[in-house]
Amino acid sequence: MGIIVALIAVSLTLAVGFLVSFLWSLKHGQFDDTYSPSVRMLFEDKPQPNPANDVKK
Amino acid sequence: MNTSVVESLRCFHCGEPCDDILYFEDRPFCCEGCKTVYEILDTHNLCDYYQLDGHSGLTLKNAVAGSYAHLDAPDVRRKLLTFDSPELSKVNFQVPSIHCVSCIWLLENLRKLNAGVFKAEVSFGRKTVTIDFDPSRVKLSELAHLMASVGYAPVIRLDETEVAKKPTHRGLLYKLVIAGFAFGNIMLFSFPEYLGLEANDDVLKSLFSWLNLALSVPVFFYSASEYFTSAWKSFRQRQINIDVPIAAGLLALFLRSTFDILTATGPGYLDSFSGLVFFLLIGRWFQGKTYESLAFDRDFKSYFPLAVNRLAGKDWTSAIIYELKKGDVIKIRSMEIVPSDAVLNDSDAFFDYSFVTGEAKPVKVKRGDLVYAGGRLIGKPVVLTVEKSTSQSHLTSLWNNEAFRKTEESQYKKIIDRSARKFTWVVMALAVVTAGVWQWYAPQHMWLVLTSVLMVACPCALALAAPFTYGSMLRVFGQHGFFLKNADVIERLACIDAVVFDKTGTVTHGREPGVEFVGDLDATELGAVKLLTGASTHPLSTIVSKSIHRPLHENITQFKELPGKGVQGMIGDRFVQAGSANFVGFRENLDPRASYVFIAIDNNIKGYFIITVKIRPNLKHMLSRLGTTCAALLSGDNDADRGSMRAVFPASASLLFNQDPHHKLAFIQSLQQQGKNVLMVGDGLNDSGALKQSNVGIAVSDDSGIFTPACDGILDGKQLPQLDKFMALAKYSSIILKIAFGISFFYNTIALGVAVTGHLTPLVAAILMPVSSISVVGFSTFAVNAVARRKLGAVN
Repeated sequence: MGIIVALIAVSLTLAVGFLVSFLWSLKHGQFDDTYSPSVRMLFEDKPQPNPANDVKK
Repeated sequence: MNTSVVESLRCFHCGEPCDDILYFEDRPFCCEGCKTVYEILDTHNLCDYYQLDGHSGLTLKNAVAGSYAHLDAPDVRRKLLTFDSPELSKVNFQVPSIHCVSCIWLLENLRKLNAGVFKAEVSFGRKTVTIDFDPSRVKLSELAHLMASVGYAPVIRLDETEVAKKPTHRGLLYKLVIAGFAFGNIMLFSFPEYLGLEANDDVLKSLFSWLNLALSVPVFFYSASEYFTSAWKSFRQRQINIDVPIAAGLLALFLRSTFDILTATGPGYLDSFSGLVFFLLIGRWFQGKTYESLAFDRDFKSYFPLAVNRLAGKDWTSAIIYELKKGDVIKIRSMEIVPSDAVLNDSDAFFDYSFVTGEAKPVKVKRGDLVYAGGRLIGKPVVLTVEKSTSQSHLTSLWNNEAFRKTEESQYKKIIDRSARKFTWVVMALAVVTAGVWQWYAPQHMWLVLTSVLMVACPCALALAAPFTYGSMLRVFGQHGFFLKNADVIERLACIDAVVFDKTGTVTHGREPGVEFVGDLDATELGAVKLLTGASTHPLSTIVSKSIHRPLHENITQFKELPGKGVQGMIGDRFVQAGSANFVGFRENLDPRASYVFIAIDNNIKGYFIITVKIRPNLKHMLSRLGTTCAALLSGDNDADRGSMRAVFPASASLLFNQDPHHKLAFIQSLQQQGKNVLMVGDGLNDSGALKQSNVGIAVSDDSGIFTPACDGILDGKQLPQLDKFMALAKYSSIILKIAFGISFFYNTIALGVAVTGHLTPLVAAILMPVSSISVVGFSTFAVNAVARRKLGAVN
């Protein structure tokens, strides 16, 4: 009996935590553009052609 | 012999066939612009651009080197910048040419092209790029110029800088998320009640009930608030809309449940309540999808440049067009638009008025003649003296018409509100009768039964049918290149019984005339003709030159342009002439309605080019399927094309020529006075009055980056032959909607039966409500997609 009440308290706290974090991310525009971040993470910077480090092992 | 377009080398940058091949590092380029972009990218080590996406490059063949100097003016700067400080400024540019991964990559690497840029971030959906830069190291104008130089010219318009665009759907999402959260948790806490609790679990029972109540308070006061305010408003205007019975139902559910829980007489119906709000908001969200990158509300200002070169003393400085006064001297370059009515100071020039009048052929203007605002210069730069300010120009007077002031939503009564009206009266009557009967026989149960009736009568499924039917159809249309402003347009499209077309740019390809050669020329001779005509700025020469894809590397000597006659010159050892029939001495009679360019080499007539307007393919079938619904063709052109148009249009359609924008508007009005619902299909500024006046105005566009006038929908030019199918689908959506209404009424009747007899338990309500909503949503979504697949075929 007591354990159920405790579990409910824990689960609700967790759920509210997730709700708040979701609303926060929504507010900060994380869902405004759902396409470009998916490709942006795959862009990489080419290693700069730097002769000083270009020593073959 | 007819010329065939020879498949020549393709440009390394833009992938278009090359007319004159330029080589750089063994790579072919079609024009100087494309080559320059490659050079810029190459020197900055950014050639990955070409590997990320197969067809990333944008042709710069038709690009106009615009001046961005006006961006540094303090007023403009203030409007454009979202943040400004001496070290850091932020600007948000609209870039319609963003279309692929490479675009994102290149724009986000802008900092490698200019050290003054800190960061650039692309929003693909909105086609915007936000740039953080150091204003002391790079000016705003330089930034815009840099973007333009790699093919991503930002679009900067006065009207858009005035109102900042804001995302509107977020508020709804918050409400949706909170309702969904509450719904899920209330369901969990309600389960034990349905499964049956032991008698000694009373503490748990009341705990669950109180938790449910706590969770549903934000749903009632925040998520559902719109329904209450909307119902209250419509109640005060004595117009009953769908929100009235919904609000009554929600209120009954919440108050009854609160009462039950407070008095500990039952668990309440809070699961049904929160579920209902959740489903209703999903419907709203689904219907609310809009095409953010497309603009449906542009007026004439969007067509005009922001600034022009004005003579101040002895220097040309950049001036904002709204500052232009009578007497100002301005300079317009090729392909630029004249911003206000002005007098030509230079000798002859050609202006393309297709924006304003729809007339496809450029008009020749002599020194001292008046040039109207909206004309596009073709050829060499000219100097003009301003005659009237932009706001008083001939063209802008169209916007003073009352058609541009009316708000269209007010006239139209939606199907859903018409149904809701009847529905509400029936429910109210039923509730009163039931309450009366119960009051008579068992007064202690009267309130319970009355609230039950109001609860189940809540037309949730009814309210969901329209958003899901029209919302799904909106998405299907979008996949097939037909973008509507909102879902309500589909409903209006279903009632259309007269379709009116514009000619130039709609029925015909605006900028792509059909060119055919009759006669005999070999490859070298064709190359020579291309070279000769390419040297002239006459519109016909340009068309002929562009149509030949055989470059010849020779020099022209003794080049001479004879006004009104043609051009001539020595290419190699051959004397080439191109021009009118008289010029080369051609004697036969030809159809006088088309335009011709005659070719003579060494004084022998070799043949002629016929230049005709090109009608879009497959239009005839579409128009014949439309039959009598196709009411008219309105063209700003003269009636040279009457014959070819007659061949395409059904006999019942009237063909009207020489129509100016005011005529077009008046024609639509007269059709509407005959009780017709008119669909106008147009493309240019000259149709904007008609598009606005018509019940549904659709703008045809061949390029999503290009500007379309204010309209209800934008149709991809390639999809125009499907127009009748789109209209048929709109009609089908109304049928589907009516069937969905039927299903919803069926459930309501069952539920009312249960409620009237006093048997509505929370469990019955919790099952019946989601089942009815889900079956209506499922049916309408499935039916729309099935019908669309049969009519339009699958999307490739």
